[in-house]
Amino acid sequence: MGMTMSQKLLSMKAGRKVEPGEFLLLDVDVALANDITAPIAIRKFKEYGGIKVHDPDKIVIVPDHFVPNKDIKSAMQVKVLREFAREQGISKFFEVGRMGIEHVLLPEEGLVKSFDLVVGADSHTCTYGALGSFSTGVGSTDIAGVYLTGKAWLKVPRSILVRLKGELKEFVCAKDLILKIISVLGVNGANYKAMEFTGPALENLSMDGRFTVSNMVVEAGAKVGIFPVDEKTVEYEKERGIDVETFHQDEDAEYENVLEFNLNDLEPQVAYPYLPSNTKDITSAVKDEIRIDQVIIGSCTNGRIEDLRIAAKILKGREVAPWVRCIVIPGSQKVMKQALKEGLMDVFLDSNCAVSTPTCGPCLGGHMGVLAEGEVAVSTTNRNFVGRMGHPKSKIFLASPAVAAASAVKGYIADPRRI
Amino acid sequence: MSIKGKVFLFGDNVNTDEIIPARYLNTSDPNELAKYCMEDVRPGFGRREDIRGGIIVAGENFGSGSSREHAPIAIKYSGISCVVAKSFARIFFRNCINIGLPIVELKETDEFDEGDIVEIDLESGRIRNLTKSREYSINPYPDFLQGIIEHGGWLGYLRSLKEMGT
Ligand code: SF4
Repeated sequence: MGMTMSQKLLSMKAGRKVEPGEFLLLDVDVALANDITAPIAIRKFKEYGGIKVHDPDKIVIVPDHFVPNKDIKSAMQVKVLREFAREQGISKFFEVGRMGIEHVLLPEEGLVKSFDLVVGADSHTCTYGALGSFSTGVGSTDIAGVYLTGKAWLKVPRSILVRLKGELKEFVCAKDLILKIISVLGVNGANYKAMEFTGPALENLSMDGRFTVSNMVVEAGAKVGIFPVDEKTVEYEKERGIDVETFHQDEDAEYENVLEFNLNDLEPQVAYPYLPSNTKDITSAVKDEIRIDQVIIGSCTNGRIEDLRIAAKILKGREVAPWVRCIVIPGSQKVMKQALKEGLMDVFLDSNCAVSTPTCGPCLGGHMGVLAEGEVAVSTTNRNFVGRMGHPKSKIFLASPAVAAASAVKGYIADPRRI
Repeated sequence: MSIKGKVFLFGDNVNTDEIIPARYLNTSDPNELAKYCMEDVRPGFGRREDIRGGIIVAGENFGSGSSREHAPIAIKYSGISCVVAKSFARIFFRNCINIGLPIVELKETDEFDEGDIVEIDLESGRIRNLTKSREYSINPYPDFLQGIIEHGGWLGYLRSLKEMGT
């Protein structure tokens, strides 16, 4: 019997063939934490007698949630990380001005790569599955365990195969695909499982698109969302000075279930409050005439250059509706520079968007765009839970950068293909 | 380990943003976090005296969303002694095991009401609803997880393996 990609990757790390359901104690390649989760990891590391971390080169710390620091408490948290990084000789610590949202930054800088085993005290660590790595979200205690010993525990998951064919049409995005998948599986349809992607459509699915897809698999409960390492990945890694070979699941691997999607049939999606699985096609969402107050374009889901390009394409020569605040947040310093170079920043500013330095900010209701009672937002982020972006009585509709930009212009949830 | 307490009832898909809203995450002080436990689902819950020793009973997919360990920490330090739900989101489940907060999967949580007195015996795998005189059996944890629990959490377990050099 052949192996799934998760099984193959974990077998590589374990040095023997592993089976779904097995518990493993493994050496990890990268341990990530941020300004919310690292303080607990550091405290536990010290509580358990930690003096020197097991391997500073495997540790990445990115303050991104409440930076540039929004208040004294969050500044104190980052201070803890900064001092820890200095005292432990952790070079992969990223300050404001050199940073990005962790899941945009790590692949971009080549800090995670194909075949790596990555654990991160952030649920969207699954983003790097796009590279063909085994990357999963864990808690702060797990990270403390890596600081102390270099190791983490993992259960080998069963896998769901998602086979994709066809091609995304104009103004239909990878975000629409993953929202569709989540609506089919439900918010815990992939709980404890791996999602693995395959099929002819991958040829036309960019790396930025794959990051978006892998990023949101956790919204269906999945542990990882793994893409094969194909020519596109090899190329992407090469640009970062990393040499990798292609990698796929075995033809006869056993999957718990197989889902198929034809991208030709896919319409832009909108996820209604308060679950990411609560989606409608844009055509019927438009009929609901939903008036909006705010638009967020950014986050670890949709803060990459392709996302900004498609938003700018729609915003060019148009203006944000007078009653709407449209906030654009490039996912990293590099994305911001690239957007500037391509003239996208001019487009955003000319159309009356506010543009921010990279931060998670409004995505988790932190700062830079918190919603008031009763307000409605269209957001390219990944969660629309009660109170996620501010007041418990505010509402978030999740969508692609194309739908978000079109909605910003209309002031109502709008179809980017008919604007 | 035996736990006895009063039931506090919650629904399906209670996510970590509800268990501890992000606006309180600019601290990691457990007692501070505990005050805002469940703030957006039941305002004031974390500051109630009568939840000490209580048991949270909920539906499907409890603890979905963010990986923040602040969520189980807030529950633990609010004095809640155990969470019983139909199912748990993966990272939340993991975090509870890692920090030693007892959690139990039980499909029949619909049969419980707010205020029921419940007794849970983790060793024998029995849950008794004393108010309703009903008894349920629960699946034991796999050996690996049982080992972690017996050592009070993941770091205690790692220490027992002598993986720690310090
Ligand atoms: S952008 Fe949002 S989802 Fe992504 S890491 Fe930041 S807070 Fe989490």
